[in-house]
Amino acid sequence: MITMIIFGFLATVLVGAGIGVITARNPVYSAIFLVLAFVTSAVLWLLLEAEFLAIVLVLVYVGAVMVLFLFVVMMLDVNIAAAREGFTRYAPIGAIVAGIVVFELLAVIWAKQSGLPVTAPLVTNPAGHSNTREIGLALYGDYVFEFELAAFILLLAIVVAIMLTLRSRPGLRTQDVAAQVKVRREDRVRLVKVPAETEP
Amino acid sequence: MYEFIDSLLAFLPEPPRSTVVTLVTIALQIVPLVVVLILCVAFLTYIERKVIGYMQNRIGPNRVGPGGWLQPFADTIKMIVKEVVVPANADRFLFLAAPLLSIVPALAAWAVIPLFPGFAIAEIDAALLYVLALTSLSVYGVILAGWASNSKYAFLGAMRSAAQMVAYEIAMGFALVGVLMAGGSLNLGEIVARQAGGVLSWFWLPLFPLFLVYFISGVAETNRAPFDVAEGESEIVAGFHVEYSGVTFAIFFLAEYANMILIATLTAVMFFGGWESFLAGPAFAVLDGTVLEFLRWPSLGWLALKMAFFVFCFLWFRATFPRYRYDQIMRLGWKVFIPVTLVWILVEGAMVVARIGPWSA
Repeated sequence: MITMIIFGFLATVLVGAGIGVITARNPVYSAIFLVLAFVTSAVLWLLLEAEFLAIVLVLVYVGAVMVLFLFVVMMLDVNIAAAREGFTRYAPIGAIVAGIVVFELLAVIWAKQSGLPVTAPLVTNPAGHSNTREIGLALYGDYVFEFELAAFILLLAIVVAIMLTLRSRPGLRTQDVAAQVKVRREDRVRLVKVPAETEP
Repeated sequence: MYEFIDSLLAFLPEPPRSTVVTLVTIALQIVPLVVVLILCVAFLTYIERKVIGYMQNRIGPNRVGPGGWLQPFADTIKMIVKEVVVPANADRFLFLAAPLLSIVPALAAWAVIPLFPGFAIAEIDAALLYVLALTSLSVYGVILAGWASNSKYAFLGAMRSAAQMVAYEIAMGFALVGVLMAGGSLNLGEIVARQAGGVLSWFWLPLFPLFLVYFISGVAETNRAPFDVAEGESEIVAGFHVEYSGVTFAIFFLAEYANMILIATLTAVMFFGGWESFLAGPAFAVLDGTVLEFLRWPSLGWLALKMAFFVFCFLWFRATFPRYRYDQIMRLGWKVFIPVTLVWILVEGAMVVARIGPWSA
């Protein structure tokens, strides 16, 4: 009962935040609505007893990805009028994508009612059950090679992204940090003993 | 506590009763914690001025009350009665929401801190991740404050702070991976329990580089000196909160100090045995059976003592070090701390395999 009330409330907030993302005029507000959507879906996952995934969603998407998004959006001077101009041109593609999404949602609802095995109710685990341990065992036990492969591909992507943006032009003046750290007082200042002047 | 409230509310019918009792129990645990925390913050501002004053051969505040100890209350009253000025071209909603976004994570993270054996308000399994997630949320208050103020100084402060927090969060996360490996759990209570048995079995010894990285990253995450370029009074006035006045400024202040206390407590919990006693080791077994035996018991007092020491370190750093240059902050975060943590995680892995240190059992 109380779970249903919480779910209803969160689902409403989530849908509202989703609408906010696409209707907000200011891109900063869009990003903040997206943050709200992420946090709300994390709490929804908590209702499914997936606390590890919920916290990781907040940590990765809200704590890191959206900070970078906001960082970029705030720096950009977005010309809203220019962004609106393309509306009629892109409207058909948008309509097709929206149609596919609606179709997929309906398919999920249909699958729920068709009696396929996916409709099995959620298993509630006893109190001492560790969701985190289960995920760890699955990732590093059953799927360790797939997991490591994904990690390797991500590492490759990081290295490639850095290589793409790494430019060095001639004549660049950079600081040699090692030389800076190595500096001692004697290299920079000299203590001079000046004899006091006396009246001739 | 649950049973006691249950007996008080026995007159309620059953369908809502157990829910109501649970909610009341949680509320009765949260309220004292928050009140004590806010009092700690209030007196921390006083102690900061006193400590730094004495370090600089001054007396510090000494006018309000005996020895000046009523100063925090004078400051609070002043802040509350001052006008909140919203700049004309500011984004009013976000301008007023930003202080709240910075205080909420600072307080909410306390829910999972194990205060004394067997007690945390929320005993959740992934507490370590929860803490990391909430400390990473506190950046929103700063960035939104900087953007909503519509002022170039505030915006510069916000940008600096965002880049800095993203950089140091990674090092912090890696340091926590080390703690997780040593503790064998993400639950903070279990991590403390694994450190039982005296000073030498606390995690600071096997994880010493990670402890240094964590604490220094914590100083950077809370935007405290010498990493306080987000404020940088000498360059960008007061950084992200330059346009704030009155209560809204007070809330930023509260959040900064609450975060300091939080980082200090987390360092104590993860690397210095939390509630465990300094005298718990077998070397002090002579105290058993004497009047002083209680000194060997784990208690909230030990956690408070360790926390106080690390908070003192925050003040000490501020009085000692000049502010870092911005590119040096970035270099320290990305090129020094992250490699150090990565190397130490490898070393730790080798120690786990070879069964050295806390993994010998």
